[in-house]
Amino acid sequence: MIYFLCSLLFLVGLSGILLKRNLIKIVISLTIMEYSLFMFLALVGYKQNALAPIVKSVTEEVNYVDPLPQALVLTAIVIGLATTALLVALAVRIYEKYGTFDIRKIRRLKG
Amino acid sequence: MFVILILLMILMIAGAVVAIQSKDLLSAVICMGIVGFGLTLVFLILQAPDLAIVQIVVETLTLIILIAAILKTTMKESKVKKSAVVVYSGIATVILLIILAFILGDAFKGLPDFGCPDLRMSEYYIEQGLKKTGAANLVASVILDFRAYDTLGEATVLFTAVMGILAVLRRKGRKE
Amino acid sequence: MKGMTEIVKTISKLLAGLIFFYGIYIVLFGHLTPGGGFAGGVIISGAFILLIIANGIDEEKISRGKEKVGFLESSGIFLFWIISTVGLCMGTFFFLNFLGKGRPLNIFSAGTVPLCNIAIGIEVSAALCCIVIALILVKKGDKK
Repeated sequence: MIYFLCSLLFLVGLSGILLKRNLIKIVISLTIMEYSLFMFLALVGYKQNALAPIVKSVTEEVNYVDPLPQALVLTAIVIGLATTALLVALAVRIYEKYGTFDIRKIRRLKG
Repeated sequence: MFVILILLMILMIAGAVVAIQSKDLLSAVICMGIVGFGLTLVFLILQAPDLAIVQIVVETLTLIILIAAILKTTMKESKVKKSAVVVYSGIATVILLIILAFILGDAFKGLPDFGCPDLRMSEYYIEQGLKKTGAANLVASVILDFRAYDTLGEATVLFTAVMGILAVLRRKGRKE
Repeated sequence: MKGMTEIVKTISKLLAGLIFFYGIYIVLFGHLTPGGGFAGGVIISGAFILLIIANGIDEEKISRGKEKVGFLESSGIFLFWIISTVGLCMGTFFFLNFLGKGRPLNIFSAGTVPLCNIAIGIEVSAALCCIVIALILVKKGDKK
């Protein structure tokens, strides 16, 4: 049930990429798809009645949440930021050349 | 905890739908902020404070970058004229999404139940993490000692993205 | 780009120092508490972005400062590469944790992990300052 809600967020982002014509809307939909993936990875690693993966004491036996998906998501968040910044820079440059964000009007090749 | 998680996810889905539908670009960006900050709360509920800290600051910076780009250019989306192409693409998208929803729902049956993960790889990291690296933060020991190649690749990707942005937004370099 | 009013400028001067030191704290204690190089680097860049946005842009000054920020970013990732290659030079494998492990839950523990955190913190903060400066210096409505 929870995984299904996560995939619903993914499908909402996918519909935004397919249906919208504005470049900024496409960037926003891509970011929403990435967020759904981060949430899915964090959900896979959750353990019931467990604590955050920071060692409290060396002697006791404590239950910890899975630290491996958290490491993967940490890397992915920063890479998502880099990708979004590059896409936004490209969109600003396209607006300077063509005067619009509409992808159906950006067809002429300007030499 | 389960109920709060489901309520937060429904809030995020509603925010995402409003962000995609809205005609004003500034409201769309602010609604994307709802999705991002809701994700921070989800990370806190799922016992991942490291991810919550990174997500909240990265979300703030993404909003700053998007709003800076919008304020330089335009703020409104142009109108869509109803034609045959628009209707056909809408129907094709809806069919594709329904097929994907069925496939994904079937694929999730193979995963273990929520709350009882299959910890084959991470048992080694949890038991030996403090002894082999000496770091108390297990996530930091994973990304900087056990899997340090991934961190090297990530720093390279960030560096390359900055070079790409500086090359795209260059002012000089051509004879005006 | 014009700056903001006097109240915003004064408060941003007070807050920027606080945010900068909070970012350094999160980078340094990355191996004991949640955080680490990436979160701390973004927070440090946030302090400088606050100062830029509140006080307005002086185009020539920022164009001169852009080279220094680029140099800082390159030196951050170069430091990370040097730390990882020391193991290779000592005859064993890449990314060897060559310093001592220390007592657990102490600040001087965990070998190369705090050093790598510092290098990544420098790199990420300089990279994000560079991105925001490049996006702000784009002139409005400039058609070629």
